[in-house]
Amino acid sequence: MTIEISRRRLVGSLGAATGGLLLSGCDKIVASSKSQDFLDVGEQVTFAVQRAVVGRSAMAPEFTAAEMSPVFRTNGNSNPNTPEYAAHAATSFADWRFVVDGLVAKPLRLSLDQIRKGPRRTQITRHDCVEGWSAIGQWTGIPLAALLAHAGLNSRARYVVFHCADRIGGAPYYESIDLLDAFHPQTILAWGMNGQPLAIGHGAPLRLRVERQLGYKQAKYVMRVQAVETLAGLYGGKGGYWEDAIGYQWYAGI
Amino acid sequence: MSGDEMIRPIYAHDRDVRVTCNTPEPQGGDLIRRHRLPIRIWHWCNLASMLVMLMSGLMIFNAHPHLYWGEFGANFDRSWFEITPGQLRIGTLKLPTFGILGVTPPGHHSVAFPHWATIPGHYDLAGARRWHFAFAWLLVIPAAAFWVWGFTAGHFRRDLAPSRRELTPGHLWHDVKEHARLRFPTGAAALRYNVLQKLAYCSVLFLLLPGVFLTGLTMSPGIDAAAPWLLVIFGGRASARSVHFLCAMGLLLFVAVHLLMVVLAGPFNEIRSMITGRYRLPRERNR
Repeated sequence: MTIEISRRRLVGSLGAATGGLLLSGCDKIVASSKSQDFLDVGEQVTFAVQRAVVGRSAMAPEFTAAEMSPVFRTNGNSNPNTPEYAAHAATSFADWRFVVDGLVAKPLRLSLDQIRKGPRRTQITRHDCVEGWSAIGQWTGIPLAALLAHAGLNSRARYVVFHCADRIGGAPYYESIDLLDAFHPQTILAWGMNGQPLAIGHGAPLRLRVERQLGYKQAKYVMRVQAVETLAGLYGGKGGYWEDAIGYQWYAGI
Repeated sequence: MSGDEMIRPIYAHDRDVRVTCNTPEPQGGDLIRRHRLPIRIWHWCNLASMLVMLMSGLMIFNAHPHLYWGEFGANFDRSWFEITPGQLRIGTLKLPTFGILGVTPPGHHSVAFPHWATIPGHYDLAGARRWHFAFAWLLVIPAAAFWVWGFTAGHFRRDLAPSRRELTPGHLWHDVKEHARLRFPTGAAALRYNVLQKLAYCSVLFLLLPGVFLTGLTMSPGIDAAAPWLLVIFGGRASARSVHFLCAMGLLLFVAVHLLMVVLAGPFNEIRSMITGRYRLPRERNR
């Protein structure tokens, strides 16, 4: 993602944003395109600075079992509630196949059993919801890096997209991360939580854990991973369900 | 003595220069130079950034109006502070909100802080976060610049550091009583900040602003990976969020008292001094 900040645009939009806000503080100014331009600049600067400051492989803090939340609440969808999903859930996902495709040399179709027998990582990490609450839980899953290496990532790939089984208001849930996060050692597709098989409420059969970002990036019910060159043209084009729906930041490290 | 020194503007707190130039002690009624340019710029910059940070911060709080201590905290954990419809709870103390907090606007879900106090002026967590993080730069960068200037130009040492004498209980109590009776310093005594002003400004500069800044960083999962020591300092993310809120409320309290004092001390003279730098010394009372 490149940063282009024209000084005139920055100063102009900054003046409009603060000046307008002070005059009336009304929603018209908050929603004006000049204000939003300025906020876009702020968002890009924040992302660039975080990427510059946070080392490529800096690890999210990990905790001990004694530090875990007594109750790890569910949120978002707690069940996709589609006939297809219900059928798979009824058979413990025995006939379900996980798909890795897109810009890869060798698309994969894997059973949950194959995934569980693959490389695994267990981590006790903190889940930070964008709303402000946090919960600490233990996650066990297959490192995404191992899956992508197995499939042979094409050099044109820039993002990894997670297609999910659940929908919100009719729109499919999905999320995406860039390759820096995709190959981070703590980025896993979790099939176990707190020593148990991942529950439906928490995203069975597979849930993304991308530990240096907020909760809405931790997509549940991941059915398919797709490597892509660009996020444009995919669903709403902003790289995630919440990003498309109400404008949450695509980069959720803050 | 060089010519440069002679024409260098004399600031209210610049005693060394005053002595060098042998300028007579200013008296009540004199128009003096009070606030130097960096102070004036920073002041108005803060008006914009703190207003947006406070209002967008209140909207972000509305998304989860509960505060916890420790590494984590969510609905099933015990909160030490929360605002629910019609009630504010601190620990076990339950307080009524008089229709100001914990309100349910017509056609909306209930919110902890009313829409007139938030940016945007309706429930919009995504929008509030965009405002908060963009204006955070406008709070932090000028504050950092002011810090550097304040130390290097001697502003903190000369004008803001309370003297040992000022910090004695007797002196403090005297100033508190004088303020309570709305008897503010006049004449030459008004050239310098009084000890209550010094303590208020110092707590903003060295406690509340660094506090909101560092706890703000601590809430970022990305920054936590780069600087896990932040979690050690504040005792976890949930604690950092609590301290962030408390520092913000401290800043809000400062702003409220600050505005009250400006009104009581004479808003025209005070606001002029923060725009042009020139301040008319209050006349001595006993003349």
